[in-house]
Amino acid sequence: MGVKVKLISGRTVAQGQNLDNKLSEEYFNAVALCELNAADMTKIGVSPGENVKVSTKYGTVVVKAKQGAGNPEGIAFIPMGPWANAVVSGDTKGAGMPQYKGIDAEIEKTEEQVLQIRELMQQYMK
Amino acid sequence: MVEELLIKNGVVYDPINGVKGEKKDICIRDGKIVEEVKNPKVIDAEGRVVMPGGVDIHAHIAGGKVNSGRLFRPEDGRKGIEPKTKVCRAQSGYSVPNTFATGYRYARMGYTFVMEPAMPPIAARHTHEELIDTPILDNAALPLIDNNWMTMEYVKSGDIDLLAAYIAWMIKATKGYGVKIVNPGGTEAWAWAKNCELNDAVPYFDVTPAEIVKSLAEANERFEMPHSIHVHGNMLGHPGNYVVTMKTFDLVKGTKPYRDRPVLHGTHTQFHSYGGTTWGDFESQAKAIAEYINSNEHASIDIGSVILGDTTTMTADGPMEYSLYQITGRKWTNHDVELETGTGITPFLYSGKVSVHTIQWAIGQELALLIKDPWKVALTTDHPNAGPFIGYPILISMLMNKRRRDESAEEMHSAIFDRAELPSIDREYDFYEIAIITRAMAAKTLGLAEHGKGHLGVGADGDVAIYDITPEERDDAGKIQKAFLNAKYTIKGGEIVVKDGEVVAAPQGKTFFVTPECDEKLMDEMMAKLKDTFEHYYSVSFANYPVQDAYVPNPYEIRAPWRS
Amino acid sequence: MVEITDVVCPLCGCVCDDIVVEVEDNRVTKVRGACAVGKSKLMGHGRIKSPAIRENGALKECSYDEAIKKAAEILAAARRPLLYGWSSTVCEATKVGVELAEEIGAVIDNTASVCHGPSVLAIQDVGLPSCTLGEVKNRASLIIYWGSNPTSAHGNHMKRYSYISKGYFLPGGKKDRKLVVVDVRETKTAKMADKFLRVEPGKDYLVFSALRAILYGNEDVVPDEVGGVSKNDLLEVASMMKETQFGIIFFGMGVTHSRGRHNNIVNAIQTTRAAHTHTKFNIMPMRGHYNVAGFNQVCTWETGFPFAVDLSLGYPWYNPGETSSTDLLIRRECDAALLIATDPGAHFPGESIRHLANIPVIQIDPFANPTTEFADVVIPTAISGVESEGSIYRMDNIPLRLRKLVDTEYMSDEAVMERILEEVRAIKAKEGE
Repeated sequence: MGVKVKLISGRTVAQGQNLDNKLSEEYFNAVALCELNAADMTKIGVSPGENVKVSTKYGTVVVKAKQGAGNPEGIAFIPMGPWANAVVSGDTKGAGMPQYKGIDAEIEKTEEQVLQIRELMQQYMK
Repeated sequence: MVEELLIKNGVVYDPINGVKGEKKDICIRDGKIVEEVKNPKVIDAEGRVVMPGGVDIHAHIAGGKVNSGRLFRPEDGRKGIEPKTKVCRAQSGYSVPNTFATGYRYARMGYTFVMEPAMPPIAARHTHEELIDTPILDNAALPLIDNNWMTMEYVKSGDIDLLAAYIAWMIKATKGYGVKIVNPGGTEAWAWAKNCELNDAVPYFDVTPAEIVKSLAEANERFEMPHSIHVHGNMLGHPGNYVVTMKTFDLVKGTKPYRDRPVLHGTHTQFHSYGGTTWGDFESQAKAIAEYINSNEHASIDIGSVILGDTTTMTADGPMEYSLYQITGRKWTNHDVELETGTGITPFLYSGKVSVHTIQWAIGQELALLIKDPWKVALTTDHPNAGPFIGYPILISMLMNKRRRDESAEEMHSAIFDRAELPSIDREYDFYEIAIITRAMAAKTLGLAEHGKGHLGVGADGDVAIYDITPEERDDAGKIQKAFLNAKYTIKGGEIVVKDGEVVAAPQGKTFFVTPECDEKLMDEMMAKLKDTFEHYYSVSFANYPVQDAYVPNPYEIRAPWRS
Repeated sequence: MVEITDVVCPLCGCVCDDIVVEVEDNRVTKVRGACAVGKSKLMGHGRIKSPAIRENGALKECSYDEAIKKAAEILAAARRPLLYGWSSTVCEATKVGVELAEEIGAVIDNTASVCHGPSVLAIQDVGLPSCTLGEVKNRASLIIYWGSNPTSAHGNHMKRYSYISKGYFLPGGKKDRKLVVVDVRETKTAKMADKFLRVEPGKDYLVFSALRAILYGNEDVVPDEVGGVSKNDLLEVASMMKETQFGIIFFGMGVTHSRGRHNNIVNAIQTTRAAHTHTKFNIMPMRGHYNVAGFNQVCTWETGFPFAVDLSLGYPWYNPGETSSTDLLIRRECDAALLIATDPGAHFPGESIRHLANIPVIQIDPFANPTTEFADVVIPTAISGVESEGSIYRMDNIPLRLRKLVDTEYMSDEAVMERILEEVRAIKAKEGE
């Protein structure tokens, strides 16, 4: 069962530590995830470490679910990076800036795999 | 570059050498003025006015606040757009031109040296980076040393020698040229949203602006400094401030300068010559200031004269800029600079339909016309505060032509007739006097004449301006304005950089800076306190503070020994 | 072993400059004083070993010369090239970039386009009452982080400059200060706050308006709840703002990335000005990279405009929303891109990457990353701040100089840019014949 959320993306320490190391496992583990409120995770029916599919008007992406201690219900956080940006819109509303935060998204449990960076980029290269 | 250049048939005005419109040859070899040349490229000036390259004593052209002005005014950037050419980079801007336009436009006006007058010491690298990107012009910059915490602490304790060691370190560390003072004490108070008048105690530091000015003048004269203290006094822009201005000048009357130059250079004095008590009864008191300058030898001024139209005000006088923003409601940027100074920036429109602006417009010119000795006066607009430097030719034509002034006055607010002096002044400047106030005086007052600037004597830099006007045409105000805007030729260091008003070469200029020399023991004592200040209060480390050599690729050093 | 002090950290906008580094066998082996993220940068990671050109889908190693020549060919032939990135390299490289953009009629843009671009737009609307970080350290008894999470993004910020720092007028550090955090979720930073306001996503604008109203004495128009924040909380924060001697709002992507974009920032600045009618109040954008501000400075003094500058007509044209990178890419207008000191593969919206992946792309970067996956020419360079020195600007626009700590065989960004410019000019000269 999917849950409707507002999706935001941003920096984390682990993400920042791997800025120069993005093709690594450390980066993958730090960034290909989605922080959710515990109650939302229960509604979705997912445990930490299991995969979720995040869908917005602009795309879908599969990431690992993680419990976000400070997240209120209805707020999902994906660290900034290629997984978050797979579902962010390029529409800048004439102001030059995409909307990286506050995107309407639906989150559901999935058995699909999280794509590695190479696979993610290849999706764009068709 | 051509090795030898001969300019013949020019009518030369070289005030530092007493040349008053004589037809004479100017010979240049390897970038310097020489007695004679053997096989030169010849320029026939055909009877035109020839002067040394212009020397601007005060224009905000490079640094943090100038760039903030550019950044927040894309509407200014959209004026003055010129596409790139084979020689020139793309140009933009009017009151805050990009650095390339700054260099080219000054060169086209026949200028070859500009002083950036207000460099926040902690951001000196920024000023120097912009100067590197300003083509053609030789340059220098004055670090702000008056609202600095260490300055105020030494002023409080009365340790002038230690204050001297501090200013020496600051000038060296910033690759600066001298001591700049802007709203002393007041800009520190502004960090608490307060201000200071001349005899108010600065919050926490408990010294007055008057004490700061006096102490800095004394500290400055501990060295053989080429330039006097350069002062933007308190209460700039306030009706009635002319009294403060004269009191400020009086503070240093008794201080002996190390050589034949003023002790204090009062800058953009137009803004400091205001009478009245409110904007309602605002009037010119240029007469009083001029009388003061006429009867004293210890102070010089630059006029800071208004050019009508839109411009961008920017100074280290944070509180003044805030009040300006409160009057106009326009956008306003402020930048308080830790332990040192501050900045305020806001656009401003000078309108000939507004009584106050009209009187302001008159005041700058009144100062130049009522001060008898042009050697005490420099022509500036405090670019861009009273107007952009590109307006200098307008001012030159006004000072040389009473009819032009009268015609302009007719188009402006009638307040000029009863709250200003200008309409009643008949005096007209001649080319010789213009040469003084646009180059010779500045070179002398900055101590640059013996380093090759501002004159055409043997040994001087081969910096020459040939204006497309003859002395016989001195009554043609329109032609004067046109001639001084786009020189027939500008020669810089012996190289032709402008021909027929167009830039044909854009070599890089050199940066002049002063190295004050100080007793080691004194320096060590001051350094101990300075390092402590860095460790506890600055947000950058001591080792990373001084300007590295990479930022001054074409240096010209002037030593300033301690006076024994 | 050599110990180098006063090292300037080349990572985030804090630009801590008191780092101590140990160098052994030409490698950084120890870092002291940096936050976790800065330390990671200075310690280093695996590098791109050699320049490369993509042939038949795979990157094939080549010499610097070959890569540079190929890059120049691409750029000289392009009709609407984009030169993007710049925020993690030095000003010296940027200057060459602007010159190159002028030469080939490119659009030059930096990461502000996806970061604090809205802040620039706001500043162009209303100005910015601000200060240097040392002023905050010495005077600010009220610190507000709005849509900003320094514990994640600017590790040493609070320790060096704000809430936890000790200053001349605030020698007690934290004890002398108050911290307010406004965010959509309770971050680690928020947990430290004296007052945390949890705002609903996209509602910051309303909260600023409410605060402004209160600061101007019009609290009667404010409803009981605004954007998820109670009126009582707003009144409390407004009081804190009025009563402080010196207040500062640090703001970040929470307000530039969300609904309202630059309008949020205009409102934030106007709120600051409202507070300023009571006491000293400043506001400062938390710039992300160590030289994002530097690019804006250089671009502004050289062209007159801070980012998204279109030089295709030989003179600068600035119109964010039209000339910003994301818009150029979404409209599929650009036909070649030079990406330097940045990683759009990781940080651009998917749609932008889709277009980038389909045009010739030159990547200049020490490290392999998502952009490398689709780059056509890859040119690895020296790490600025570790292997080469240069000019940079901190988040508060203080200019500093990066140090060189170790030697390297890699060319610097500046050197590569200069060679590319040289080659482009040679190509154009030949075409002119």
